[in-house]
Amino acid sequence: MQPDKQTISVGAQDTLDRPAAGENTQQFITFTLGPEEYGIDIMVVREIKGWTDTTMIPNAPAHVRGVINLRGVIVPIFDLRARFGAGLTVPTSMHVVIIVAAASRTVGLLVDTVSDIISVDPKAIRPIPEMGLPTEDQFLEGLVAMEDRMVTLVSLAGLFGKAADPGKRNFSSDLPKAA
Amino acid sequence: MNNEAEGYPLAQFRKTYFEECAELLDALQANLELLSNGSGDEETLHAIFRSVHSIKGGAGAFGFGGLVAFSHVFESLLDAMREQKISATPDVVQILLRASDALADIVGAARDEHVLAADFAADILTAMEEALLGASDPTASGVQPKPDSEVNEVSGERRYRIAFTPHTEMLQKANEPLLLIRQLRKLGGLSIEVDSSRVPPLDVIEPESAYLSWIFTLDTGVPQSAIHEVFEFVEDDCDLKIEVVSDGSLAAPAANLAANSANPARLAASKPVDAAVAPATPTQSIRVDVDKVDRLVNLVGELVITQAMLTEQGTLLPVDHYPALIQGIEALAQGARELQESVMAIRAQPVKSVFARMPRIVRDLAATLGKEVRIVTAGEMTEIDKTVIEQLNDPLTHMIRNALDHGIEGPDDRIAAGKPRQGTIHLSAAQRSGRIVIEVADDGRGLNREKVLAKAQDRGLVAAGASLSDEEIDNLIFLPAFSTADVVSNISGRGVDMDVVKRNVQSLGGRITVQSRFGSGSRFTLSLPLTLAVLDGMVVSVGKETFIIPLTAIIESLRPQAADIHPVVGRGLVLALRGEYLPLTHLHRCFAISDAITDPCRGIVIIVESESAGRVGVMVDELLGQQQVVVKSLEANYESVDGISGATILGNGRVALILDIARLREIDSRMATDRTVFNHQNAIIDLPEEAPHAA
Repeated sequence: MQPDKQTISVGAQDTLDRPAAGENTQQFITFTLGPEEYGIDIMVVREIKGWTDTTMIPNAPAHVRGVINLRGVIVPIFDLRARFGAGLTVPTSMHVVIIVAAASRTVGLLVDTVSDIISVDPKAIRPIPEMGLPTEDQFLEGLVAMEDRMVTLVSLAGLFGKAADPGKRNFSSDLPKAA
Repeated sequence: MNNEAEGYPLAQFRKTYFEECAELLDALQANLELLSNGSGDEETLHAIFRSVHSIKGGAGAFGFGGLVAFSHVFESLLDAMREQKISATPDVVQILLRASDALADIVGAARDEHVLAADFAADILTAMEEALLGASDPTASGVQPKPDSEVNEVSGERRYRIAFTPHTEMLQKANEPLLLIRQLRKLGGLSIEVDSSRVPPLDVIEPESAYLSWIFTLDTGVPQSAIHEVFEFVEDDCDLKIEVVSDGSLAAPAANLAANSANPARLAASKPVDAAVAPATPTQSIRVDVDKVDRLVNLVGELVITQAMLTEQGTLLPVDHYPALIQGIEALAQGARELQESVMAIRAQPVKSVFARMPRIVRDLAATLGKEVRIVTAGEMTEIDKTVIEQLNDPLTHMIRNALDHGIEGPDDRIAAGKPRQGTIHLSAAQRSGRIVIEVADDGRGLNREKVLAKAQDRGLVAAGASLSDEEIDNLIFLPAFSTADVVSNISGRGVDMDVVKRNVQSLGGRITVQSRFGSGSRFTLSLPLTLAVLDGMVVSVGKETFIIPLTAIIESLRPQAADIHPVVGRGLVLALRGEYLPLTHLHRCFAISDAITDPCRGIVIIVESESAGRVGVMVDELLGQQQVVVKSLEANYESVDGISGATILGNGRVALILDIARLREIDSRMATDRTVFNHQNAIIDLPEEAPHAA
């Protein structure tokens, strides 16, 4: 991130401290999977609800936890931990489902907890460092440093792109980017 | 000039025009039927005229020259009948019926942008023109009336044909053709055809030149001089020809308009100024986009599910503590049910729209086969969901053709059998206990049971010694491998293909049966659900999961004995049932459900039948009950899943998946090859790929 030349005296630190004041800030809802904190664009989040039992979808990939009835709409639930390759979540009533709507579809993301809403200047988003893990790169949008912690921004487009959705629809093309 | 150069509104108008055409043609057909069976009156004739006239009016506006030419002659004939120059004799009505069939074809061709053969319907045109000539005054029976013939009769309406080609000078003198057209409209019913064939390509077009010419057809009571008056100021600057066309011999000039539709510039489009204000019976209806109605149906479906959930929760409450709440829930249930019925009724349409097409099919085929057949319809106003109606046409057409082809005998055979010369097909619809029952009955030769049975045994569809009831024998004709063409009837040509009909009907969630008496006819009975948005399902459980099996697919369910279960190498288990061997599909294996009952003798086997997979036994743990469910899409937010046709929401708020039983067997064998499960070595029978075979 390069601070604007004219505000260089104010410093980058200031931009991070008062992000909500700027017009260019973006809000993210943060959630946890184990010790890690992730963020997702607040504009795609429709609601947050507790985990309820799902109806399994036969022969679906492991991270598809099934479908639920959301006020008459059949909504599939994806296990984000499993999607990230960290094994299946064992859901309890304390687990949380984030319902996101993107383009024409509504889906639910199973996560451990929802922790915060953060405002971030897009310029403060840092790229994912190269770590030799190409598979995860497509889910992730970037990193944000928040005082003492780090939030990884998740890309909806990457999540439901080709890998999650073989063939049927090109989901990534009709989704807005999550960051 | 008054050109609507933009293409997009035209496309929209065009669509609307063809929608209207479909309705007009239906009305035309219905009224012609009335006329042909003698129950039509003067108003029927007027209504017929209006239908043709409206079709012609729009066709002119869109430049469908061929359509204009044909409907014009048609209209002229009808006009002569209105004026009682020609009476509605059976011969004339026959011509009208054929003309309406041809008109429907021409409209269809215009809509689909097909090109019809140049001599298409030429014979009908000739027949109509001959009928017209016979009616007109012998002295004026020339093909064209004298162009300048002065007709000053004030009494009675006359039809004028006005050919109007403005010169460029006319526009330069600030005369506006539109104003003239408006003035003409004031004189009477006007329809307009525009000839845009002289419009040059866009790059050479002179904006101030006149390229268009018009042909107006004016129905008016005013004398010809009044028409001349309209053109009084421009007569020197245009080509004007006004003639009386009471004998309607205008096919030739109108036909050369056909070149219009090929005009590459497509610049000109006249306004559809069809002022023939029909005093149509005011129908209290509005046009609503189907999408809007579907949305409403979906919303109500959701409401009903929520209501079902509330009702279920309500049963947990003690009535004496919350009497008002319980009452409220009951009232809500009642209201929701009525609301759902009303909303479904919006989408319902009378079966008339399908029935109305059948007389034509009967006419055409009867003529081809040299048979005399009439069709009698009843219950046309019975309403059924639009989604079902759209898919009803094919099976019904098939059944009618079948009745004509194989059921009804030729006239001579009929007389020999002591029947009236003319065969009759009864087509009726009625609503019975939440389903629509459609019957196609003929008074033909009926099914020859001995031959049907012999054929079935010959094909190995029935075990040699099996004793079947008459009804069972009749219904053998629905089996896929059964073609009766050469056996039951001696008429060559297509096979009966009743299995195709059955497949169509089943895909609509319907059932079909036949009753027949040899020598006196057959009756096919179709039973259809009122809607596809709701289906009757059997709720079953497999392990912890719950699934819905469409009730229409289920034949029976049973708990088999161990002795009836046999393993077949490479095919898994088969179930012996009354001399037949049915393949068993393990639902838990299809869907990899771990905690299910695997021993068929401890679970339940549901015998289901599907169009493509035939009869299959599906193994489930338990039957939970029968329920009407609202069908929801899984694809809306996810994707289609093999073996699942949709989803629904049960009373407890949980989602249950609806099985696509036609796919189950294939999934099962695919899953079975992944991990072989046979533990029996003593395989004895090898089963062919498709149908369950007789031993």
